[in-house]
Amino acid sequence: MARLAALLALALPLALQAADQSYYISLAARILVYALAASSLNLILGYGGMVSFGHAAFFGLGAYVSGVLLAEGAASAWIGWPAAVAVSALAAAAIGAVSLRTRGVYFIMITLAFAQMMYYLVISVKAYGGDEGLTLPDRARLGFGLNLESDIAFYYVVLAVLGLALLALGRLTHSRFGRALAAIRDNETRMEAIGFPVLRYKLAAFVIAGAAAGLAGALLASQAKYVSPNLLHWTQSGTLMIMVILGGVGRLWGGVLGAALLLGLEELFSGFTLHTPFYIGAVLLAVVLFAPRGLAGLFSAARDA
Amino acid sequence: MLEVRALSKRFGGVTAADEISLEVRAGEVHALIGPNGAGKTTLIGLISGSLAADSGEVLFFRNNLTLAPPHARVRAGLARSFQATSIFPRFTVLENLALAVQARTGSSFSFWRPVREETALFEEAAALAEQIGLSERRDRFAAALAHGEQRALEIGLALATRPRLLLLDEPTAGMGAEESRRMIALIERLRAGIAVLLVEHDMDAVFRLADRVSVLVTGRVIATGTPAEIRAHPEVRVAYLGDEGAG
Repeated sequence: MARLAALLALALPLALQAADQSYYISLAARILVYALAASSLNLILGYGGMVSFGHAAFFGLGAYVSGVLLAEGAASAWIGWPAAVAVSALAAAAIGAVSLRTRGVYFIMITLAFAQMMYYLVISVKAYGGDEGLTLPDRARLGFGLNLESDIAFYYVVLAVLGLALLALGRLTHSRFGRALAAIRDNETRMEAIGFPVLRYKLAAFVIAGAAAGLAGALLASQAKYVSPNLLHWTQSGTLMIMVILGGVGRLWGGVLGAALLLGLEELFSGFTLHTPFYIGAVLLAVVLFAPRGLAGLFSAARDA
Repeated sequence: MLEVRALSKRFGGVTAADEISLEVRAGEVHALIGPNGAGKTTLIGLISGSLAADSGEVLFFRNNLTLAPPHARVRAGLARSFQATSIFPRFTVLENLALAVQARTGSSFSFWRPVREETALFEEAAALAEQIGLSERRDRFAAALAHGEQRALEIGLALATRPRLLLLDEPTAGMGAEESRRMIALIERLRAGIAVLLVEHDMDAVFRLADRVSVLVTGRVIATGTPAEIRAHPEVRVAYLGDEGAG
């Protein structure tokens, strides 16, 4: 599946260009960015069992850090993207250290509350657009003779980042850390009782996920040349969560499939209706009812049969 | 080795542990008996750290562990089993045990190398599976095991931490006679190297296994002694053994 997906993804922009549908290259890049963000949420939600309803905070924060640096003239991606990762990781460490002491509904609510605080914080910063967002002059510069202003070049950069992230996620799930994380999801009390400092492991996963979401945010800022406070809004957290559920909770390809399905459907429905959310809702309902393990679950079921 | 000093715990208006003092000596099986609601499981929770004491102290090899989190107590050699089976249902028997071995052997902040490549981990897990009599079930998911087998795995998880003192909370809970017999045999084999604090309702098991017995009633230890002393203790007969003691 990985090889087929890689081949498709590599050929896609060339095919689109040949078919004179270059607009869709930009959409495809957006899908890849959201795939990274959703996959990062899947690490804590799916593998770690932490239902965070505030993941957009790290996504949006990464976008803003990268966006503000671009607006201030620090155009290098080698500054902007690591900075976005670092700030999002720090925010995740602080928010996680408090939130992870709670469980269940309280955890959902406290992560939501933190994310909303960040949202209003960003809105209040009028120097960087306030609630209107921040329009960026250019995309970040990567060097090596790559011009990211070209949608095709940008697409391939995002594809490379996502590919590396998925490789790392795949390795992680089978590593000591990944097994410990999955076992914490299964039975936290028992993990503590066989000698694991559970909170430390959950926090590490939370920070990794936050950092990856920050990177996705930085990529999105360059992709759209615009950052909006809406990126931090709780509905954005909901969107990421829906992607994970659609694609497959706790499945390597869940985030990718979910992002592709949701953004693809949005594009499809917006062509002939104003009531996109209604139809998306219907699809979500169908997936939850008929494919409760998400799209990725369908694939592996077919393989097992 | 374990010294519990005046440990108290209240839940709202209920005093579940009322200045409990208790000592477990090296190499002994120390049984803890008492009627339902006497505070036995609370005491196990206080000693293992899953519950925080309101007052009192837990000393283990003279180290004060009263404020230590559960995982630190496990590292110190204090492992517990649970009355209600607590295992990892979506992991196989071998993976369950390997997790517990993993906790003890080095850091688990390793993100790249697959666990499967760590043969030492799974060799030790296989040896543990053998010890608890689950060798033939080692590749089964824990959720698919019979109740008695899950109880054995429950003990195996605690054993994998290489404890110096094992806190067993009703290991034979919900078991048939045959399964109970096997569990008692397992505990008997363990006593060679490990001290055990055993909460148990099955009096036959208690009097067969225990070197000493403490009786807990409404959060207080009313007697401690050898099984023979406890059988003869008038207060214990009235408070707990009741008909059984009289008969």
